[in-house]
Amino acid sequence: MMLKEKYDVIVIGAGPAGLAAAIEAKKTGVQDVLVIERAQELGGILQQCIHNGFGLQIFKKDMPGPAYAQHFIDELAGLHIDTLLDAMTLNVTSERHVYATSRWSGFVELDTRALVLAMGCRERTRAQIALPGTRPAGVYTAGTAQRFVNIEGFMPGKRFVILGSGDIGMIMARRLTFEGAKVERVLEIMPFLTGLTRNYVQCLLDYDIPLQLQHTVKRIIGNDRVEAIESVQIDEQRQPIPGTEETIPCDTLLLSVGLIPENELSRKAGVSLDPVTAGPFVDEKMQTNVPGIFAAGNVVHVYDLVDWVTQAGFLCGRNAAQYAIAERKHHGRRVKMKAGDNVRYVVPHVLDKESLAESAQRLQMRVTLPIEEPVWVEVMNGEERVTRKAELYVRPGEMVNIDIPQSAYDAVQRASELSVRVVRR
Amino acid sequence: MTQEHRKFICITCPRGCALDVTMEGEAVFKMEGNSCKRGIDYVTGELNDPRRMVTTTVRVRGGVHLLAPVYTESPIPKPRIFDLLAEIRKIELQAPVKFGDVVIENALGTGVNILASRNIPAKSEAS
Amino acid sequence: MADKKYDVIIIGAGVVGSMVARFLSRYKLDILLIEKDFDIGMGASSANTAIVHAGYDPKPGTLKAEMNVVGNQMFDQLAGELNFTFERRGDYVVAIGPEEFAKLEDLRQQGLENGVPGMVILNGADVRRREPNINPEVSGALWATTGGICDPFAVVVAAAENAVVNGVTLMTDTAFQDFIMDGKRIVGIKTNRGDFSSRWVVNSAGLYSDVVMHKAGLRPEFKITPRKGEYYVFDKAEITINNVLFPVPSATSKGILVTTTVHGNTIIGPNALEIDDKEDRSITREGLDEIWQGAVNLVPSLSLRYSIAEFAGLRPGGNAPCANPDVKYNKDFIIEIPKEVDGLVNLGGIESPGLSSSPAIAVRVVELLKGAGEKLEEKPDWNPIRRARPRFRDMLPTEQKLLIENDPSYGRIICRCENVTEGEIVAEIHAPIPARTYDAIKRRTWLGTGRCQGGFDTPRVVEILARELGVSPLEITKKGKGSEFLVRPTKDKEVE
Repeated sequence: MMLKEKYDVIVIGAGPAGLAAAIEAKKTGVQDVLVIERAQELGGILQQCIHNGFGLQIFKKDMPGPAYAQHFIDELAGLHIDTLLDAMTLNVTSERHVYATSRWSGFVELDTRALVLAMGCRERTRAQIALPGTRPAGVYTAGTAQRFVNIEGFMPGKRFVILGSGDIGMIMARRLTFEGAKVERVLEIMPFLTGLTRNYVQCLLDYDIPLQLQHTVKRIIGNDRVEAIESVQIDEQRQPIPGTEETIPCDTLLLSVGLIPENELSRKAGVSLDPVTAGPFVDEKMQTNVPGIFAAGNVVHVYDLVDWVTQAGFLCGRNAAQYAIAERKHHGRRVKMKAGDNVRYVVPHVLDKESLAESAQRLQMRVTLPIEEPVWVEVMNGEERVTRKAELYVRPGEMVNIDIPQSAYDAVQRASELSVRVVRR
Repeated sequence: MTQEHRKFICITCPRGCALDVTMEGEAVFKMEGNSCKRGIDYVTGELNDPRRMVTTTVRVRGGVHLLAPVYTESPIPKPRIFDLLAEIRKIELQAPVKFGDVVIENALGTGVNILASRNIPAKSEAS
Repeated sequence: MADKKYDVIIIGAGVVGSMVARFLSRYKLDILLIEKDFDIGMGASSANTAIVHAGYDPKPGTLKAEMNVVGNQMFDQLAGELNFTFERRGDYVVAIGPEEFAKLEDLRQQGLENGVPGMVILNGADVRRREPNINPEVSGALWATTGGICDPFAVVVAAAENAVVNGVTLMTDTAFQDFIMDGKRIVGIKTNRGDFSSRWVVNSAGLYSDVVMHKAGLRPEFKITPRKGEYYVFDKAEITINNVLFPVPSATSKGILVTTTVHGNTIIGPNALEIDDKEDRSITREGLDEIWQGAVNLVPSLSLRYSIAEFAGLRPGGNAPCANPDVKYNKDFIIEIPKEVDGLVNLGGIESPGLSSSPAIAVRVVELLKGAGEKLEEKPDWNPIRRARPRFRDMLPTEQKLLIENDPSYGRIICRCENVTEGEIVAEIHAPIPARTYDAIKRRTWLGTGRCQGGFDTPRVVEILARELGVSPLEITKKGKGSEFLVRPTKDKEVE
C-alpha cells in the first residue's frame, strides 16, 4: 500500500471511534481515507477488553470487546481505507499537516483536507494521586495490567489489592480471579460505587471479593516489590480516620482511579480544550475550534458504553468527509499564482477563478533585477500565455501591475497554477 | 417454616434495584425493592439456575499473539465456571484463528459452545 | 577465589566514584569500579535537584566551599568532553519581604569569600521581570550567574562510560564487605562476588562511606545520617518556570526550590528529614505537604493538578569537622589519605554540593595519589571524549528522518509522552554500561517520566528487554533482582 501525500480524511487512532469515523467518512463519499494507529493492529483498547457487554445497543447482542472491534475491522478492510500501523503521530498542525513515524514507512509527512482526532484516553497514574510510600515493582494501572494478562500473556502478580471501583478495576478483579490470582480487596474512596452495578454483582459479589467504600490506600509498602498495602478509612471530608489503618499483604496494587482524554496532539494543532472534560471544545458536527479538525470518542470525553462511541465516530466521520468534499470543490475553484522569471513575488498568491466572471483581476509584483529595456510582463499557464503587458523598463524599486482581463476567463478555468514572468521584448 | 432473608442486586437493567427477598424454604415468599416484575424473574433465575457469560483467553501456537480471547456463546451455569476455565486452560489453538471458530463444542456437556472472539493471524516471518 | 590484582579499586559508582574513575582512567593503572546496586548512580546521584551550585552557600574555608567553586568551573569543559546536557542558567536566591533581603548581602559576601564570581543583588522589580510568576512580595534576589543545571544521572553515565571505554572495569551487583589488611596496609577488599587485591582503594560509597571507613578502623565517630528530601515533578506543558529559584537558606538545607530542569519540567523540593534507614526513599504525605508549602511561598500560582510524579532522595550527611581547626563547621567533606592505614583514599559525607564538586574531588584524588608517591604515567591513547547516543526528541525533523532511514528501529516510538524510540532503548541495552532494567532505561532515556508514567510503555519495554537480553519476560525487573514485573504466564497449566 503506497501512502498518498494528500488525503481527504486522516483519522488518528483505530479504536472504536476512529474505525467508525473512517468507515463513515468513506461511505459519505470521499476517495482517500487513512487511519494512523500506534499499535501493530487495529481495534484500539477493545482488543484487550476481552469481557462482554459491548454492542448491546448497536447490535442488540452482548459481545466481547474484540468481537465488537472485529466487526468494524472487517468492514474497514472491505472499504479500501488505507492504514498505517505501528505508527506514532508526532505532530499535527492547524493546517492539518501530519507528521508521523513508523518502523515500516519511516518518517512520513502527510496533508489532509479533514482530520479526525480519535486518540482515546490514558489512565490516571499513581503519581497523579500522590500515593505515599515506596516505589517498588508491582504497582500498575488496571489497563496496563489488563494488557499484560490478556495480550502479552503474563500475570503481573499473585495477590492483588485494587484501588478504585471503576469498571476497569472490577473487570480486572474477575479476570485475575479467573486466571488463578487472589484479589484481596477493592478499595473505593467515594461513598458509592463508581462503576456499573452489574459489574459489582458479576465481578465482585460472585467471587466474594470484598469492596470497602470510603477507603483508600494510605501507603505502599515494599522496597523491590510490593509487599503490602496500608489501607485506611476516610471521613466525609476525605480525611483519613486515625486508627482505621489495616495492612493488607499483597504483591500487586492495581489502580483504577480515572481516565483522562489524551489531547497532546490536539494541543499541538491549536485545538482549544475544555478544562472540565480535558477534551476539545466541539460543535454539533464534532468539529473543534480549528476548521477541518474533528474529534470523536474518549478523546473528547470519557464514555460509558462503546456503542455511543461508535455513534459519535459515525457522526464525526460523516462531517469530516463533508468538510473534505467542500474543500476539494473550493480548492478546485482556486488557482495559485507563482513568481516566474525575474519576478520576486506576486500578490495575490491565490485567485478564485469565478472572480473573473465579475471583473478583471489585478496582479501586483516586484521584479528581482532591473531591466532598463522594453519587456513583456506575461501571465502563463505552463507554455500557454494567458495575458501580457508591455513595459518600457522594470526596476525592483517600482511595483508592477498587470490585469488579467475577463476575456481570459476560459484560459484561467483550465489552469491550476499561473506563473508571471518578465522577458525582454 | 423458617423464614430467611436474602439480598440480591438485580442486573437486568442498569437501575440495579436492591432486592430484599424473604425465603420460605426454597420458595420466594416476599420480595421488596424491585421496580418491575423482571426483578422477580431475575431472583427466580438466580435461585434455581444462575448462569453467567464467561470470557477468558486460550493459548495460541504460531500466532501474532500468545493468547486468543474466547467467550461462551450463551450463559453457562454459574457453579461450572471454574471447571470450564480449567478445561480451556488445557487447550492450545493453532494459528490462524478466526472470529467465531468453535474452540470447545458443548463445553462440559452444558450445550454451550466456546467461540473465538476475534481473528488471530498466523505470525509471518517478516514482522 | 581467583584474585585479580588491581592498582585502584573504587567503591561506589555514584557521581563521585564515576568521576574519580574517569579522571584516573587517564593513567596507566588497572582500575576496578564496584557498585553494590544493579545499576550505577542509584544513590544520591540520581535523586537530587540537579543543580550545579555557584558556591555561595557553603561555609568559607571548608572543603565543601573549595570543591564546589572549583568543580563548578569545570562543568563547561566536562559537558563538552563527556557530552551531557549542562546549562549555566544562573540561579536566584529569592528574598520575600524586607528581612530576607538583608540576608542576601551576607550570602553574597560569603560567596565572595569562597571565590564565586558574577554575583549581583537584584531588587524586587528586577526579579518580577525575570520571573513573572514569582511571589509579588519579592523584595529582591541574589543572582549567581555561575549556577547551572544538568541531568545528574547523565553525568554519572557519561563519566562512568568514558572510564570504561578507557579501560576501567565496572562490576555492578558487587558489594564491599571488608578490607583485606596486611598489618596496617590495605591489600585488597572482600566482596559478595569474591576477593580483589589492590594497592589503593578509594572509598566513594556515599550513604555507606561511614560503614566502609569503619571497616578500616578509621574515624569511629564519623556517622552518615541520611537526610531525605522529597520532590514533586510537574507537567511541562502546563507549568513552565524558566529559572532556578532558591529561597533564603536555613541551617539544615538550601531550602525548598522551585526550579526548571534540563528536561523542561518544573520540579519543587526538597525538604530535609533526618532518618535512620539508608534505603528508605519512600514519599510521605508530610514531606509532600512541606515542600508544597515552601514552593507556593516562592511561586503562588503553582497548582498540584499538574503534578505528574514524586520522588525522594537521601543526602549522605556526615558529621566530620572541617580539617582546618579555625573553621567551626561540623559537616564537611572528608577528602583524605588517612595516616592510620596505608592504601586508602577516603571520601566521606559527600552530600550537596557533591554533584557540583565531583570533578574537583576527582582532581583532588589524583593529586593526593601523586602526593603519596604514585607515579601516574599518562596513557598516550586516553580519550577524554565520550559521544552521547542520539535522542530522537531533540532532533529536527530532517535529522529524525535520516536517523530512521539509517536504522528503522528509531521509527518506532515506545514512550509516547517523551517520544523515546525503540532504537534508543536498544542502544542503551548494548551501551558500554548496559541498561538491563526498566529503571536503568528510564534514567538514561527519560522514558516513562511523562504524563502516563510508564502506563503505555512498560509492556513494550519489557518485551524489548526480554528480546535483547535473550531472556523470558518473567526475568525482566524494574530495578534489579527482586523487582520482577511479572510472576508467571497467564496460562500456566496448573494454577495454585
